Amino acid sequence: MKIDKNTINKIARLSRIKLDDKESEDYIKDLNLILDWVEQLNEVNTENVEPLSNISSSILPKREDVSKDANSSEEILENAPDKLEGFFAVPKVVE
Amino acid sequence: MTKPSLKKTLNDLETKKISIKELNQDYLKQIKEKENLNIFIYFSEDNVLEQIENLEKDNSTKKLNGIPIAVKDLFCTKSMPTTAASKILENFNPTYESFVTQKLLDEGSIFVGKTNLDEFAMGSATNTSFFGNTINPLSKKNEPLAPGGSSGGSAAAVAADLCLGATGTDTGGSIRQPASFCGVVGIKPTYGLCSRWGIAAFASSLDQAGIFSHNVEDASILLKSIAGFDKRDSTSAKVDIPNYFENLDDDLNGKTVGIPKEYSIDGTPMEISQIWEDAIKVLEKKGVKIKNISLPHTKYALPTYYIIAPAEASSNLARYDGVKYGFRSEEIDSLDAMYENTRAQGFGREVKRRILIGTYVLSAGYYDAYYLKAQKVRKLIADDFNKAFQECDFIVTPTAPSAAFPLNEKQNDPIKMYLNDVFTVPASLAGLPGISIPFGKDKNNLPLGIQILGKHFDEQQVFNAALSLERSYE
Repeated sequence: MKIDKNTINKIARLSRIKLDDKESEDYIKDLNLILDWVEQLNEVNTENVEPLSNISSSILPKREDVSKDANSSEEILENAPDKLEGFFAVPKVVE
Repeated sequence: MTKPSLKKTLNDLETKKISIKELNQDYLKQIKEKENLNIFIYFSEDNVLEQIENLEKDNSTKKLNGIPIAVKDLFCTKSMPTTAASKILENFNPTYESFVTQKLLDEGSIFVGKTNLDEFAMGSATNTSFFGNTINPLSKKNEPLAPGGSSGGSAAAVAADLCLGATGTDTGGSIRQPASFCGVVGIKPTYGLCSRWGIAAFASSLDQAGIFSHNVEDASILLKSIAGFDKRDSTSAKVDIPNYFENLDDDLNGKTVGIPKEYSIDGTPMEISQIWEDAIKVLEKKGVKIKNISLPHTKYALPTYYIIAPAEASSNLARYDGVKYGFRSEEIDSLDAMYENTRAQGFGREVKRRILIGTYVLSAGYYDAYYLKAQKVRKLIADDFNKAFQECDFIVTPTAPSAAFPLNEKQNDPIKMYLNDVFTVPASLAGLPGISIPFGKDKNNLPLGIQILGKHFDEQQVFNAALSLERSYE
């Protein structure tokens, strides 16, 4: 078994997703099932094969480094769940 | 009743046989009558009427003037909220318009509403949506069927005659599979043909926008209007977009079709093998040379996809943190508690599963064994196609391993659900264009789809072959 209670807690923490005990149990089962299934890739010989990260043949376009007026801060803040004096507001981080 | 067609409607509008208002009011009526199918996440009659009014004031010539289009609720739209079918974006009102929807607006189309999908496009049945299942319009009474997914709402909107075309996105089959389930045409173009700008990201190296329509001609008209280079998407392709519609040609004499032997999979229903054979026979009669090809790494496409797509998703979905937009949990004792509770309450089960798996395969110590390995196998899968296309002009396969299944049937076993994408995922990994067209029915009279795959940016060949098969079937 690749995923145990400790591993799922670690991944959940890295993902910033809180899991309750029942969910953890379910995901341990699901993830082990999926990881066992993808294991079949080990049958494939990939020696000297370049990884393909993107199919696109286009070269990253460059642009002039000039400033422009894009979004206004008002627009950007429009959907914020909480805002204060033109900033996003979050729970207190520093005492 | 004659079959609805965008091309014919454009004619009727031009010759004033029908007005924009009359046309759209018919559609509004239909939408209200079929509300029980839960096709739309957002629909507002007033919003549509306002669009019509604005359009009537504008006298410029536009290619899709007054045409009712349904938009998958993964595309950001300024005039309508955008949810990605997730609670985490429940109250999100984009302040900008996606590239694809802007193109459609520029051409004068009317957006009838935003269609339902699997949450963040993760699913094959439109049953992971926070806003409930969409019901396939072809369902019999009391036997609701899944419309496929993830773009199930858009496929259903076309099938139920609630619009003349719809936008979708396809990451591993999310346009082609629902098109097959709902008996409509669905095209996923080459990766890079349509800009991803303004589409909520799932797996960026795979996501591609496309079109649903009633027939191949309509799809060729609509694809032309959403394609094109966009500097805001770094993988957007600088290629000339041909006038697919003007260039349509169903004469395939002298062409070669590739038939991949690896797509004959144990357990595929007889009826699906049968329509595949039928399609090959039709092509043979039309003077197409049949070439048996091999795509040897086909069986590894699904496990490859289910490493790469969740890995990219786990990274893309990190932005939903309860700070910038969307839902924020009430339990926010600390910053971390805010993140963890927001994401726990805001994401559904399938999305969380994929974030967790993606985080795992990217985490220290496992990256090489899973993610890097998958990227290498992806290269072999892409190479299989490149080699095959040296010997043939297009490839024909079934679209999906089944017809539309009953709602909720496959919900509990993730791998069983993932198998829906068995015929569509390989081309996604290789970035190739693919179309699904209705071709035959199963014993319950449900539609089955045939998939045609083409070379990179050879959408014209895909359309031509699709048109030829469509005409032979009608």
